[in-house]
Amino acid sequence: MSVETVAPAEADASARQMDLLRFATAGSVDDGKSTLIGRLLYDTKSLFTDQLAAVEAVSAARGDEYTNLALLTDGLRAEREQGITIDVAYRYFATPRRKFIIADTPGHIQYTRNMVTGASTADLALILVDARKGLVEQSRRHAFLCSLLRVPHLVLCVNKMDLVDWSQEVFEQIADEFTAFAAKLDVPDLTVVPISALQGDNIVSRSENMPWYEGPSLLHHLERVHIASDRNLVDVRFPVQYVIRPQSTTVTDYRGYAGQVASGVLKAGDEVMVLPSGFTSRIAAVETADGPVDEAFPPMSVTVRLADEIDISRGDMICRPNNAPAVAQDIEAMICWMDETRPLQVGGRYAIKHTTRSARAIVRGLHYRLDVNSLHRDETAGELKLNEIGRVRLRTTVPLLADEYRRNRTTGGFVIIDEATNRTVGAGMIVEAG
Amino acid sequence: MTATAAYQVSHLDALEAESIFVMREVVAEMERPVLLFSGGKDSIVMLRLAQKAFAPANIPFPVMHVDTGHNFPEVLEYRDQRVAELGLQLIVASVPEALTKGLVRESADGMRNRIQTPVLLDAVEKHRFDALFGGARRDEEKARAKERMFSFRDEFGQWDPKNQRPELWALYNGRHHPGESIRVFPLSNWTELDVWHYIARERIPLPSIYYAHQREVIERDGMLYAVNEFFRGRAGEQPFKAQVRYRTVGDASCTAAVRSDADTVEKVIEEVAATRITERGATRGDDRVSEAAMEDRKREGYF
Repeated sequence: MSVETVAPAEADASARQMDLLRFATAGSVDDGKSTLIGRLLYDTKSLFTDQLAAVEAVSAARGDEYTNLALLTDGLRAEREQGITIDVAYRYFATPRRKFIIADTPGHIQYTRNMVTGASTADLALILVDARKGLVEQSRRHAFLCSLLRVPHLVLCVNKMDLVDWSQEVFEQIADEFTAFAAKLDVPDLTVVPISALQGDNIVSRSENMPWYEGPSLLHHLERVHIASDRNLVDVRFPVQYVIRPQSTTVTDYRGYAGQVASGVLKAGDEVMVLPSGFTSRIAAVETADGPVDEAFPPMSVTVRLADEIDISRGDMICRPNNAPAVAQDIEAMICWMDETRPLQVGGRYAIKHTTRSARAIVRGLHYRLDVNSLHRDETAGELKLNEIGRVRLRTTVPLLADEYRRNRTTGGFVIIDEATNRTVGAGMIVEAG
Repeated sequence: MTATAAYQVSHLDALEAESIFVMREVVAEMERPVLLFSGGKDSIVMLRLAQKAFAPANIPFPVMHVDTGHNFPEVLEYRDQRVAELGLQLIVASVPEALTKGLVRESADGMRNRIQTPVLLDAVEKHRFDALFGGARRDEEKARAKERMFSFRDEFGQWDPKNQRPELWALYNGRHHPGESIRVFPLSNWTELDVWHYIARERIPLPSIYYAHQREVIERDGMLYAVNEFFRGRAGEQPFKAQVRYRTVGDASCTAAVRSDADTVEKVIEEVAATRITERGATRGDDRVSEAAMEDRKREGYF
């Protein structure tokens, strides 16, 4: 690797004002994904000499021809023995502008389950294709899953440009084809970058080998992509997580509702409604341990106090009287099934966790199973097996306080839990709550 | 919180908010949580986050120290002072006591890292804890990079890396049967540098050994071990005085110091930002046993 580097996160006070970007990477080892991640870590001085030395030693002992950077993330014994990636690995790096969390999702085994997991919290997804091969079935599947999970920003990296003679024509053909496919999906923001992860072209700085490319380097884009507007600041949604009532002689009559703001902006004096009861009140104060704050917005964890004494408990939702989520027991949702032992079946009963609320649910119907490669809907499907996606209708024991997932990723997403094994067996994205 | 008009928060505020959310989630859903407190910087930060999560109420769970008997006196003193200040219940799971009772046996190399696992599991069973907060971070070690925020452990306290629950959005699944438990890692997404920036911002006091001081040490395998009652030089090893500090605090017989002049939090941040070696790589003899030393310990029930 060349030694072109950027400054590591600064030690001074400005470093404390960096923001945070979470991104998911999709692609297989063959696409050069591990090389790209290794390159990003290396060039931002986030890869340490002892980590690199350990990888080099293991590579040499296995007889690899080159330092296999996949070993950086494939930390488990079974992964090293079998040469596969089993699970989502989290990696961290920072530049003076931003801290980055990478959810690195493996390309082969349990692909959909891992990709959906990584994408669920991502601000951005990075999809890799090999310039020599162009778009493959897997690239389309990645793009579809990112749109299903409503990842706001998508970056297509056309890698191995060095192996196609830095050809503008090859790049543009792939970019055009992908852009056309993305137009059929819900992809709000797409950027395409030609790179060579191995040689470092267009990773940190603009490549001299591709003067025809006028866009930003990958890191430049990651550092500057505008994510502040991705948050929903319109719909006030505050799922009550825990009621703070000090049992103390010094603090008396204190009753605060603790939680993390899902969306919207809360401030003292605002008129609010509490669901499912429908009672209204005013916000007396928005507090943190460091004192009251003027406003609370995502992703802040705060404590809200109300002017009136209302019976509120965990799982309730504070919203605005004129802007409330649905209070619904009939839920239409897209489900990604994640259990290898038992499929989702019509009539099946499960536990559900949605915001801070738990319920039980019965599957009333399966409208169709979606082929994630062709987007074909199979309406004859009777069940969803591991890694299959379909649209279902659920009936819950208690109402969910729910929004459409496309409008709110926090109040629109839920997980399905098998009550016998306690395992998380599915992810749900609400299409309609009525 | 430092917010701008654009409704943005800094990365430290985002990490703090996530950790507080996780701690509240555990207290809301689990029966008997406990916080593992070693007196190390990560558990100290975790304790500060617990204070913030439940203010103005007190921290609603006890803390537990798995005591290998090989302690730095400065750290024990810090632990007792902190616990008294916060009015917390302290449970000590003692390895020396377990050795006396015959629950565990001293390992051949004298390291107690591995034998603290049965002692921890014994205390968990005795107190019927169902959720254990640990200060482990994913950036520390490659096995930990694949760890969940809520990590399920079976009735033997074992971690099965191939059989982890998918963790989507901020929806954590803490369901378990009696006897099973969940390890919870609120600092999963923090890096060593994040922890130090937070310590600086929050002005959190630390045990003095985290800052540069003079100490008598022995160099072994490229690491500097303090000479004390738990660690004595072998033949041919010459003790010498050096200016050092500790990057991690663990068992005093297998935790090494690093050469450092950083005697303030600002200087430590500068040093950590510039260092090219991971904190465990620089200071932990116990991770050097094999490529998968950490994974193997975690499978047995270690953090």
